[in-house]
Amino acid sequence: MKTVYFDNNATTKVAEQVLEEMKPLFCELYGNPSSMHMFGGQIGRKIRRARQLVADLLGCDPAEIIFTSCGTESDNAAIKGTLAAVPHRRKVITSRVEHPAVLTVCRELQNHGYTVVELGVDKQGRLDIAELEEQIDDDTALVTIMYANNETGVVFPIDKIAELVTGRGVVFHTDAVQAIGKVPLDLSRSNIDLLSLSGHKLHGPKGVGVLYVRKGTRMSPFMLGGHQEAGRRAGTENVPGIVGLGKACELAAKNIKDENEKVKRLRDKLENAILEKCPGSQLNGDKENRLPNTSNISFEYIEGEAILLMLDKYGICASSGSACTSGSLEPSHVLRAMGVPFTAAHGSIRFSLSRYNTEEEVDYTIEKIPAIINRLRELSPFVSS
Amino acid sequence: MWEYTDKLKDHFFNPRNVGEVEDPDGVGEVGSLACGDALRLTFKLDENGKIKDAKFKTFGCASAIATSSVLTEMIKGKTIDEAVKVTNRDIANYLGGLPEQKMHCSVMGREALEAAIENYRTGGKKKHELKGRVVCNCFGVTENEIERVIRENNLTTVEDVTNYCKAGGGCGGCKGEIEKILEKIQGDRAGQVFETAPRWAGRLTNIQKIQMIQQTINEQIRPALRADGGDIELVDVVGDKVIVALRGMCAQCKMAEFTMKDVVEAKLREFVSDELFVEEDKESANQPHNHRQ
Repeated sequence: MKTVYFDNNATTKVAEQVLEEMKPLFCELYGNPSSMHMFGGQIGRKIRRARQLVADLLGCDPAEIIFTSCGTESDNAAIKGTLAAVPHRRKVITSRVEHPAVLTVCRELQNHGYTVVELGVDKQGRLDIAELEEQIDDDTALVTIMYANNETGVVFPIDKIAELVTGRGVVFHTDAVQAIGKVPLDLSRSNIDLLSLSGHKLHGPKGVGVLYVRKGTRMSPFMLGGHQEAGRRAGTENVPGIVGLGKACELAAKNIKDENEKVKRLRDKLENAILEKCPGSQLNGDKENRLPNTSNISFEYIEGEAILLMLDKYGICASSGSACTSGSLEPSHVLRAMGVPFTAAHGSIRFSLSRYNTEEEVDYTIEKIPAIINRLRELSPFVSS
Repeated sequence: MWEYTDKLKDHFFNPRNVGEVEDPDGVGEVGSLACGDALRLTFKLDENGKIKDAKFKTFGCASAIATSSVLTEMIKGKTIDEAVKVTNRDIANYLGGLPEQKMHCSVMGREALEAAIENYRTGGKKKHELKGRVVCNCFGVTENEIERVIRENNLTTVEDVTNYCKAGGGCGGCKGEIEKILEKIQGDRAGQVFETAPRWAGRLTNIQKIQMIQQTINEQIRPALRADGGDIELVDVVGDKVIVALRGMCAQCKMAEFTMKDVVEAKLREFVSDELFVEEDKESANQPHNHRQ
């Protein structure tokens, strides 16, 4: 059976070109870039090139790029590193819909005497900028707000937020893990101080991430040890990962416009067909300000995990905000923050596409879904037959 | 992904006995939309008092549907006295086991069975009845239940009430009423959110300032001086005056003045505070035994 992969916000396929770049770095060019011999030293050039490619995609200086092991590390380093550099400020502002890599870190800070403000969102998943403005005070050390939401794809007006926050003398971090490669970015024109990204969300390998640190931003290092990454992140470089991420960024920069148009067209086709063919379905999140690849749809009175398993039977991969998929009793914190009723939150399904999806896959899924939804509705005590 | 047994998958993809028994002898309804799973079980007895037919309707995940399906299979042919002995373990074992986090599905099955038997024994009168006035229609939460969670957990906000009993978590139409119940029980404490203790917002305490100065010296300044065979020591901080002693090569260096202003002071101003200025503790620098090198 063919796999139809609509779970690209979870992870993506590594691009063939990326893998080709990485291959020689395992058994042939395996040197350590810190070594004093040419065999190792030549690897340093490869890392420099990768750093340049990442910087090109982000529109920043290569010296502002720190390679890390994942998006979560970048988020941890940004938050904890910033707070360590300004110990006299004890307030952090974030949003209720952040990824756990940010939200869990912030909530843990409360155990250490920090005041953490979680901004709410409206029914479309949008932030209230005026509320943010009100919350910033002299005690605020950091504002950390995601670029695009992983569950709904809703994109926040980050440039505007960054301008507002840094204008008040506060450091601004954004978790842009879902946005990179999908939203064009130019950090040279933005006030963002810190930005996290992850390799495996844009057809790069797993186990590599980036923290962008704008020049002049005060941050204490998170990982201590050797002098790698100019002393800002110790640890021997994940050379294949870094080189692979560089290539992935190069491909993203080259193709972002064309691909997003194609991906958006497929996403819209899938979404419109599902909403039309399945009664009792609704779209979650701001339809306009949204990633081109993500669609989050709730099917009322049925449960997400059951839908996923039925889809899986046909080789269709998606994900759900239902409680049953996570092992917790609560459905998605993002949908709950948006005020999506329990009746719909439990039956939410996220489809996230990529450049590798085809029209044929979309048609196949459109054909299968209505029957799955009807089947589960027949089983549901809340739907009268 | 959950590790489901083949038997469970079979009962999920091909559920047995879906629907409702006509003119049932017992009806059991448990769970709710809010909890993420709900089950309606109906059964009919034959002339010998054995369960002739049992059917279910379930809202929930794959394991909830599969446990409901096997439950109907398990109780068929049993008398009421036999059926009442079925435990949630029996249901889980029948499926070849359930993931630990999914055991509540088997509990729901047992509860539905108990509710249906109770319903039968009370002559079809007793249903899973709610006591008191229903406040939250979405999740069927009564005033009594809301009052109870408020009292037992000393809740003060509507959000807390929703977290504890789901009331107000659906359409949100009853939030005003929940607020009134809160006010009735908690009086002025209703809606109160505890403020954090006041602090010197945005101001460095002396302790923090000294710690930051020490950290900046350790991380930013000392490595640069060490490269030239020198070192630095923090002697004291008086207000914005930072007193340091240069050690090793730096202590004899003619460029010491330059080092003080352009390296030490600049770094401290960059990383700690613009107000800081540096003074060298000449006296201690002149004592050779104090030199670290």
